[in-house]
Amino acid sequence: MEGELAQMGKFIGAGLATIGLGGAGIGVGNIAGNFLSGALRNPSAAPGQMANLFVGIAFAEALGIFSFLIALLLMFAV
Amino acid sequence: MAGEAVVPLTEDVDGQMFHIDPMHQFKIHPLFGEGDVHWYTVSNVTLWLAITVLVIAAILVFGTRRRAMIPSRSQSVAELIYGFIHNMVEEVTGHDGVKYFPYVLTLFLFVLFANVLGLIPTSFTTTSHFAVTVTLALMVFLGVTLLGLYRKGLGFLSMFWVSSAPLAIRPILAIIEVISYFVRPVSHSIRLGGNMMAGHAVMKVIAGFATMLVVSPVVVGSIALIYGLETLVAVVQAYVFTILTCVYLRDAVGDNHH
Amino acid sequence: MATEATDAAGQAAEASGMPQLDFALWPHQIFWLLVTLVVIYLLLTRIALPRISSVLADRKGAITNDIAAAEELKQKALRAEKAYNDALAQARVEAAKIVAEARAEIQKDLDAATAKADVEIAAKSTQSEARIAEIRDGALEAVTEVAKDTAKEIVAALGGKADARSVTAAVNARLKG
Repeated sequence: MEGELAQMGKFIGAGLATIGLGGAGIGVGNIAGNFLSGALRNPSAAPGQMANLFVGIAFAEALGIFSFLIALLLMFAV
Repeated sequence: MAGEAVVPLTEDVDGQMFHIDPMHQFKIHPLFGEGDVHWYTVSNVTLWLAITVLVIAAILVFGTRRRAMIPSRSQSVAELIYGFIHNMVEEVTGHDGVKYFPYVLTLFLFVLFANVLGLIPTSFTTTSHFAVTVTLALMVFLGVTLLGLYRKGLGFLSMFWVSSAPLAIRPILAIIEVISYFVRPVSHSIRLGGNMMAGHAVMKVIAGFATMLVVSPVVVGSIALIYGLETLVAVVQAYVFTILTCVYLRDAVGDNHH
Repeated sequence: MATEATDAAGQAAEASGMPQLDFALWPHQIFWLLVTLVVIYLLLTRIALPRISSVLADRKGAITNDIAAAEELKQKALRAEKAYNDALAQARVEAAKIVAEARAEIQKDLDAATAKADVEIAAKSTQSEARIAEIRDGALEAVTEVAKDTAKEIVAALGGKADARSVTAAVNARLKG
């Protein structure tokens, strides 16, 4: 009984943790969209900012990956 | 507690229509015979690390064997990678960082080819294991920290003392800077390992649904799409890992105006 | 709690949990990873990088040389064009000089010929004038002679007897009048 409850809580927790990935999605979309609108205004400056774009996306995405990791930990390791 | 908690999904869904075990692909097992995996055991990890080395050697050593003035295809690939990483190191870390270019290129090539080779069905993705990515990130972290202390002495620590901020909030900023500095290897490794593991697990989960006749056409199509996305992710994560290495390296060798 | 979690993770990995969290496998992976990285590093620094950088340097040198050679050839072409233009201009000047000389010579000849012709014409016309004057004089005398003879004849025909002197005088008077 207690085990079942714990398992239920685990699955619910894992599901909740994946909500964090939505935040990462918003962040990455925000960065890419802003980059695109900036690049359309000044296309000549865009290639020089590709590195910053990817670094920004990586930072935003890492936080989402953390929550995914929490979900995996809950599912398989706890 | 762990006993019942980690009942594999395959057994859990016994009697249902599909079997999904997304974690099975990350298992490490000895290549020859059965038994425990010791540190020296030749396992599937060893196999795929060796294949990574062979592919890198094929492109960068075998491909450039003719030293042609007008490059062949493989030689242009090698020159492209060389020029790309060389430019990145020079652009991000400045002129002083160029002498660390071989280390950065080693990291980039390993991560890139480990990621890409992991996309081959039934292969083993070495970079999806935190043991690998944490080691890589710790190498970068320790290397950069020691290099910074060696090159700048205690001046390296002035990085945490934001002199452009008002004096009152500088201690708080210093604490935040120190924490963010020590979180670097964590995010650096989790980003790569998490991306790789997540992508492969998602592909396995979706592939598991392909046994259901009703949805299998949709599943096969989406597998193709996700495969393309994962290829992109594999390359981008290698790029990101490398450029973050360069960014961290800049703190140690460049003049830190940020 | 933490150790318990680690143990749990270890067991989980055994039983198809997350193999990533099976810390017993970490030394194995780290060992082979370090071997791999060292091998890649040695491959790069011993073989690949010197090769590629030498190829790139060669190519850069070749391109620089080619550009320099092209620049030189361009200079040469410019010089040749300039020489050609100079020669052309000189030839043109020479031609103009020759033309001018020829023209002057022709002019001289022409002038001389004209002068000679003028002289000849002048001589001819003087001669002709003299002849015309002569003829005119001759003609006047002849008219007087004819008038005298005619007057004598008319007087004789009319039965008069006229001496020659008076007739001549009358005719002369009449001719003058």
